[in-house]
Amino acid sequence: MRTLSVVSTQSFRIVAVYLAIFACSATALLGFVYWNTTLVLDRETDETIRAEVTGLVEQYQRLGLPALTDAIINRSVRGEQGIYVLAGADRRPIAGNLDSWPQLTMTADDFAEFEFERRVGGVPELHRARGRVFTLSQGGFLLLVARDVEDRRAMENLLATALPWSMALVIVLGLVGGVLVSRNLLARLDAINRTSRQIMAGDFSKRVPVTKKGDEFDDLSNHLNRMLDRIERLMRGMREVSDNVAHDLRSPLNRLRSRLEQASRHQADPDMQRDIEAAVEETDRLIATFNALLLIAEAEAGSVRESMEDFDLREAIEGVSELYEPLAEEKGVRLVVRKDRRPAVVSGNRNLISQALANLVDNAIKYSPPGSEVVVALEHGESGASLVVADNGPGIPEEDLTRVTERFVRLESSRHSPGTGLGLSLVSAVARLHEAELILSDNQPGLRVDLRFQRTKAIARPVRAPARLDLTYQDARAAHS
Amino acid sequence: MRILVIEDDLEAQRYLVKGLREAGHVVDDAEDGETGLTLAMSRSYDVAIVDRMLPKLDGLKLVESMREERNMTPVLFLSALSDVDDRIKGLRAGGDDYLTKPYSFAELLARLDALVRRRDPGSVKTKVLVGDLELDLLSRTATRAGAAIELQPREFRLLEYLMRHAGQIVTRTMLLENVWEYHFDPQTNVIDVHISRLRAKIDRGFSQPLLHTVRGAGYMIRAHA
Repeated sequence: MRTLSVVSTQSFRIVAVYLAIFACSATALLGFVYWNTTLVLDRETDETIRAEVTGLVEQYQRLGLPALTDAIINRSVRGEQGIYVLAGADRRPIAGNLDSWPQLTMTADDFAEFEFERRVGGVPELHRARGRVFTLSQGGFLLLVARDVEDRRAMENLLATALPWSMALVIVLGLVGGVLVSRNLLARLDAINRTSRQIMAGDFSKRVPVTKKGDEFDDLSNHLNRMLDRIERLMRGMREVSDNVAHDLRSPLNRLRSRLEQASRHQADPDMQRDIEAAVEETDRLIATFNALLLIAEAEAGSVRESMEDFDLREAIEGVSELYEPLAEEKGVRLVVRKDRRPAVVSGNRNLISQALANLVDNAIKYSPPGSEVVVALEHGESGASLVVADNGPGIPEEDLTRVTERFVRLESSRHSPGTGLGLSLVSAVARLHEAELILSDNQPGLRVDLRFQRTKAIARPVRAPARLDLTYQDARAAHS
Repeated sequence: MRILVIEDDLEAQRYLVKGLREAGHVVDDAEDGETGLTLAMSRSYDVAIVDRMLPKLDGLKLVESMREERNMTPVLFLSALSDVDDRIKGLRAGGDDYLTKPYSFAELLARLDALVRRRDPGSVKTKVLVGDLELDLLSRTATRAGAAIELQPREFRLLEYLMRHAGQIVTRTMLLENVWEYHFDPQTNVIDVHISRLRAKIDRGFSQPLLHTVRGAGYMIRAHA
């Protein structure tokens, strides 16, 4: 199963979207502040200039050029932000605080902008200024009244460089925050996912971890746990029912069989005895069907945890083909086993997998014409290994391929051969229990059955030593020493 | 032999005890776990037949208690439960064999026989002999009347199992469980085909057959008819 990466999580996506919105609004906000501040500053500058101009113009009109010159000299000395230049028609300064007439750039609103050198603490700096220019009515004198707007430019620059940096910082911090938040959420989701997987694998004792935080994740975990409790109760109930059904049917069947056997032993009349034996056989068929049904129910309920072990599918192939080889030979059918040295280890119930394979091989041999062959193979696919049983018998019509794994389905053509009709349903139940896929297909001619296991392990752990036969080897060793 | 039957289904118990007695065994019976345990601990039995579900003391617990007290009487579980894992639980609890109800009486008798003989300390040997058939467990070879018989590994195990239980009836299920280690019922009787192959190898050309079919029960290997 896919493990979640931070980037592909929903929480990360949310953080990313949030981050984008945040970045946009931060930009807009900074832009607005910038725009507003410059606007206010500009207006202030313009007001001041206008006021100064009004004052100077008044002086000039009332008292003439000398008074204007005095006023300009006075104001120039005060320093500060004001720039004043009175120049002749030839643009040579007469009074003011600039040494030369600056290069002016006229703006749309009739203001002039220029750069000039100003000494700050003895060091000359190039500053920007903004102001108005008038030509006096007498002698073509020029009057420049301006203010140093370098501060505004500095702020402009500051904002221009600060904006991308702060934006970068916002994004980096946002990303880090996003990753941290996602990782945190992810860790908790992972915990839930991990538990779910274990439960799906059949360990119903597992519960989703709940923290003490009491947040929405804990709510979710609690709900899941309550759901699991209920499922577990239902499953236990189902098993109890199947146990009870088993007990309640097996006990009377047991008595019936015992009674028949007893009767048979004490019956001298051979005809009578034959009848009783036939009844015993009938009982045994009944029992076989019943057992098969129970087994299917159990395999489907997944209640065989205890006997799940690492099991190499090659062992199933070897064991079952070896078990059926003489039967095939007797029927004139060639049993071909195909497998290589690669192991295919699954976690499963050895007996059930072998039984499923035995059912398939049994069927294949049963329906194979003499002289044909039955292939039993272990095939390695991309996702796992498959047990394959293929024959050249009559096969199954296309439209019945999916139907035959249902319980009790026996095709018309096989109605008269022995069997419970549960063989393939058992295979199907065993497949589900092991999360394997059962695929029936046309072998052209014949039937091909694939039992595709999803999770096979590449490396085989030592698989199950034969339990009963240990005795033999031990005996042999003991005698040797 | 002396057999203890612990079974709460009284009618089933009656048939079981009657059948065992008819087969020449001495039988004690109990119908609940506690009485059964007391009997098992106070008297000596060759084998005990214990139902899995018993009132007062469950079959599993009963056998666990016996084993804790170092009572090693062989135990055969009878179970009407449906659980696939039940056999494993039974064997883990200290049971020696396990039979699902309904069972055939012949199967039960054969298994009891095998259980009791298994304890025979004389089983430490490297050669098994039945008549003029000899099985060498060290070299894994078989000879009859001095002539070597070629056997596949599984055939060897099959013959070994039969010979270790010489003179006893061995059922098809027992062979499937002990030689192949499968606990299921193959739809076709594959064991019969294996036996007839084996029979061809050891009995063909000899006037005195060793491998016999016991009708309605199973097979038996023995020297004299």
